[in-house]
Amino acid sequence: MTTTSEKESQLSTFSSLLRVYPFVQGALPRLIIGMVTALAAAATALSIPFALRWLVDNPLSTGDAAQIIPGVAVIFGLGLAEVTFIYLRRWLTLGPGVHLEGKMRNAIYVHLQRLPVAFHDKWQSGQLLSRAMGDISTVRRWISFALVQLVTSTIMLVTGFSLLFAFNALLGFIFLVCSLPLILISIRFQRQFTTLARSTQDQQGDLATAIEESVHGIRVLKSFGRAGEALEEFLEQANELRGTELAKGRANGRMWFWMLLIPDLGFAITLLLGIIQAEQGIVSVGTLIAFFATAALLKGPMQSIAPMLSISIEAASSLNRYFEVMNTPVEILELETATELPPGPGELVFEDVHFRYSDAQEHHADLLNGINLSIKPGETMALVGLTGSGKTSLTALTTRLFDVTSGRILIDGIDIRDVTIESLRTQVAMAFEDATLFSISVRDNVLLGREDLTDNPQLKDEAEELLQQSLDIAQADFARSLPKGVESKIGEEGLSLSGGQRQRLALARAIAVQPRILVLDDPLSALDVTTEAAVEKALRQVLATTTALIVAHRPSTVMLADRVALLHEGRILDVGTHSELLARCPEYRNVIASLDEEKR
Amino acid sequence: MTITGVRGEERSDFTKQEGKRLRQRSLALLGSLLHPVRVRVYWTLVIVVISTAAQVAGPTLLALGIDQGLTQVVTNHNWLPAQLIVAAYVLTAITSASMMAIYMRSSAVISQSVLLDLRERVFAHTQNLSMSFHENYTSGRVIARQTSDIETLRELLDGGISNLFRGILLMTFTAAALIALDPSSAIPLLVALIPCYFLTRWFSDTSKKQFREARTFSARLIVQFVETMTGIRAVKAFRREERNEKSYALAVDDYREANRKVIRLFGTYDPGLKVIGVFTLAAVLILGSFRVANGAMDVGVLLAAVLYTRRFFEPMEELAMFYNSFQNASSALEKVSGMLEEQPSVTEPANPVHLAHPQGKLDFSHVRFGYNDSAVVLPDLDLHILAGQTIAVVGTTGAGKSTLAKLVARFYDPTSGTVSLDGIDLRELANADLRRAIVMVTQESYLFSGSVADNIGLGKPNATFDEVKQAAIAVGAHDFIMRLPEGYDTDVNKRGGRLSAGQRQLLSFARAFIADPTVLILDEATASLDIPSERLVQQGLQTLLADRTAIIIAHRLSTVSIADRVLVMEHGEIIEDGTPEELIEGTGKFASLHTAWRDSLA
Repeated sequence: MTTTSEKESQLSTFSSLLRVYPFVQGALPRLIIGMVTALAAAATALSIPFALRWLVDNPLSTGDAAQIIPGVAVIFGLGLAEVTFIYLRRWLTLGPGVHLEGKMRNAIYVHLQRLPVAFHDKWQSGQLLSRAMGDISTVRRWISFALVQLVTSTIMLVTGFSLLFAFNALLGFIFLVCSLPLILISIRFQRQFTTLARSTQDQQGDLATAIEESVHGIRVLKSFGRAGEALEEFLEQANELRGTELAKGRANGRMWFWMLLIPDLGFAITLLLGIIQAEQGIVSVGTLIAFFATAALLKGPMQSIAPMLSISIEAASSLNRYFEVMNTPVEILELETATELPPGPGELVFEDVHFRYSDAQEHHADLLNGINLSIKPGETMALVGLTGSGKTSLTALTTRLFDVTSGRILIDGIDIRDVTIESLRTQVAMAFEDATLFSISVRDNVLLGREDLTDNPQLKDEAEELLQQSLDIAQADFARSLPKGVESKIGEEGLSLSGGQRQRLALARAIAVQPRILVLDDPLSALDVTTEAAVEKALRQVLATTTALIVAHRPSTVMLADRVALLHEGRILDVGTHSELLARCPEYRNVIASLDEEKR
Repeated sequence: MTITGVRGEERSDFTKQEGKRLRQRSLALLGSLLHPVRVRVYWTLVIVVISTAAQVAGPTLLALGIDQGLTQVVTNHNWLPAQLIVAAYVLTAITSASMMAIYMRSSAVISQSVLLDLRERVFAHTQNLSMSFHENYTSGRVIARQTSDIETLRELLDGGISNLFRGILLMTFTAAALIALDPSSAIPLLVALIPCYFLTRWFSDTSKKQFREARTFSARLIVQFVETMTGIRAVKAFRREERNEKSYALAVDDYREANRKVIRLFGTYDPGLKVIGVFTLAAVLILGSFRVANGAMDVGVLLAAVLYTRRFFEPMEELAMFYNSFQNASSALEKVSGMLEEQPSVTEPANPVHLAHPQGKLDFSHVRFGYNDSAVVLPDLDLHILAGQTIAVVGTTGAGKSTLAKLVARFYDPTSGTVSLDGIDLRELANADLRRAIVMVTQESYLFSGSVADNIGLGKPNATFDEVKQAAIAVGAHDFIMRLPEGYDTDVNKRGGRLSAGQRQLLSFARAFIADPTVLILDEATASLDIPSERLVQQGLQTLLADRTAIIIAHRLSTVSIADRVLVMEHGEIIEDGTPEELIEGTGKFASLHTAWRDSLA
């Protein structure tokens, strides 16, 4: 069986580079005109020796001073034309390069946001970041500089060699033969360098991951005093990267060696033969001078092949890395026929729901192994189960953060896979165990799911009212006494919120959506008893009219619910009121009854 | 306005003095980075000198070959000069190619050493900076400083410096060769340097601002990218995709425009230099032609002079490119050096006191503390904790419980007063000893990528697998770990995506257990545990806390029962202090809290 990555690595540099085509399509005319102007510049450069030959052979040898000025004027004009073409070439190729960079960067961001949570669980974000930043810049540089130069260098070489043949076929032929080994060396270089380029890029991604974790996990590292160990580990990775970069340097060194030596050897041989021919009177001194002037111009393009080849190989590898992400299919898709979830009372039904993570081992039973649960409109259902029993996974299924492996989830009788994801998530709001807040203001965090209000200036008052109301229910009035009140930016301005404070803001955020169905994953775990009681009291008003599924670890949270469902070994073992379950279900007692209660 | 440290780093319009100070700061950083590799830099420079000399000798030998060699062959049938010249040409070719190969390797070594050095400095410094810095500076920006900003330095070192060396040398050699060949042809060349200088100044001034902007925009891109990817669940659940797309597209546009401006500037600068070159070439040619026509100059010499003039301007492009990447890197280094300039507010003492066998006595004497000047969290805290005591701290959010914990863990230093361990001020204590003695477990249980065992082992470097397992068993995490696909070797994935919050908390408990500190602080560390887990943890806790000092901040009063002493805090003050039994029987805040909690269990 061939995996994707194996197939990817088998792509040749050329076919990898071709993958950039969709992003440059519109800019292709500009690029082509850019190449043409580059060629024009090169042709002008090549024509200067002709003018020079004419100048040397005619006015200078005849001593006709009157012709010197026009001759020099022609050379001067050609020089200016060359610069103009170079200027135009830069101007023409600049646009496509930076546009491509922007387009690719937006495209990968959009795609990453669409890719399911399962993808993000698997991929280290440093690897994603290095693709979105470094790799795309590499491709831009390739398009803007290397591609044009590679094409023009090739054309210049072909033209230049033809000219050399025109000057003197034998000398041209010898010079050409002497240059042929360059091709063999390029092919060998490409093989070595492809592997090295890929390794450095991957290692850069790993390094970015290490940096990210060292910043996000700084509290742990500080409190255990593990900065030294983290640094050591980081340095180990950085050293590994250094090793690969040095190997690249060595490969480049070898490449340059041959790229410089071979044309020069060709020069030496042709010089010797040129002298012999001149001695025999086959060529004129002027021809010989022009021949070498032209051949000297060819040295540039020949030598430029080495760096251009390196950049192209790196760009090819960057494109491969980029498309590894872009070609990952979005598994959680809307049906073509998907419609808006129509308004309804808000009944939530799990019908023989099975779920397993795609990387779970085969002999393991499904994490959720046939869930049947029906939550009536307006009902509040607590979900109770041991740590790791799949409660959080079950809640994630309701908004299609993951899709069920088999079975169905129905809202008011409609399979959630038949409606648009947007409308589903508008009507089902979640608060997560770990309260992720964004580095925007408290207001924007709370009203995150209410674009309908925040985007419309006419509804400003309504938005404000909802904000205050949500903060009140979640007992998050601390937000008003922050340095800049609800405009304070999270994560900056010295704002360090406690776990309980973050959790309350996340709860306020879910409430502000005013959804049909509210899914709360242990939303009160970090609250103290008094605050918890206050939140519960306020939450009851909301829950009276909203269908809710609440993951609970505490009897106090369970008290919010009308009924409790016990998740045990992948199935709903029992459903009933708290006291019913306490009375009849030993597993439930094990899960919910606290130490003290047993003592009592 | 100040530009010290990271302040003002979002700006791009600086006054002259500010600009100068920033430039000096980034140049000083660059200088200090190159210092350790200077010997290699010197000899690499020698290599470049030789290689460039060989390259310059090429055209001279060609001219000689045509002039002398050919003349001798044609007129005297003397082949020797021609043969010698060709042999010399081959020799220079071999020299120049081998020197170039050596140069490529050596410059890679220089570049990589400098990068490694800078990476180490920034990483270590970031870790060293206090929590007060990290709570003010978005994590995404720290990441930007350490990734894309350092990357610009790499571009400079990889391409730029070689361009500079080679460029300057080629130009010097070419000019020298031209002067040796025909001094009067060199005059236009030297005159041409004047407009080059002014053009460069113009480019320098205008590009600086654009490069600064580009760095700021690139950091902005990284900030949003990192936040979206780490908070992807919330992004999806609250349908932020479209909104994010828009704001990201705006950031991409800004960055793109900044880049475009920079590249366009260069696209004017470089052809500008070339125009100067064309004028110079014409001047050399016209002066020379007349002299050739007058018979004052050989045709071969004129040809060489023209070739040299062209050659003189060829490295101009490379120099310009060097200057371009230099400007780019120095605006990135302005920001990196700003971060390096930040001083940690919590510092390792100059003469640290070592504490080999801590007992665990903690004393707060008249501690005053606030996160900023305006708001005081702890006005005047006086608290003495005996070695081995287990303290429970309760109180509403904002009462200062976590602040108390952070002061013990020395995330912050008190504004006035002292916090001391075994009578030693924490500010005097060697950092390694402090961290060995005091460990804090917070509610937020961050897991690093790696295996479950790695994450537990973080508490004790070089821990054996058995120790890891014992720790897991002690806190009751062993059973769920064994149910994971690969047991202790299971990869916890990015940010522990697959483990529930409760499981992650158990792992951080195990991490603390294996660290075996004298003082253990648990800040809301049991919040996400379910009751059976908490039961296990609590059994574990009793053994875990038996012979150590512990500060437990807990909302769940179940944990309080194992405490020797309970503190009730309000507005930064301790309002009740006593054994759980005493307080429950009293009529204070704790007694009512306890009643409320009892009721909540019903």
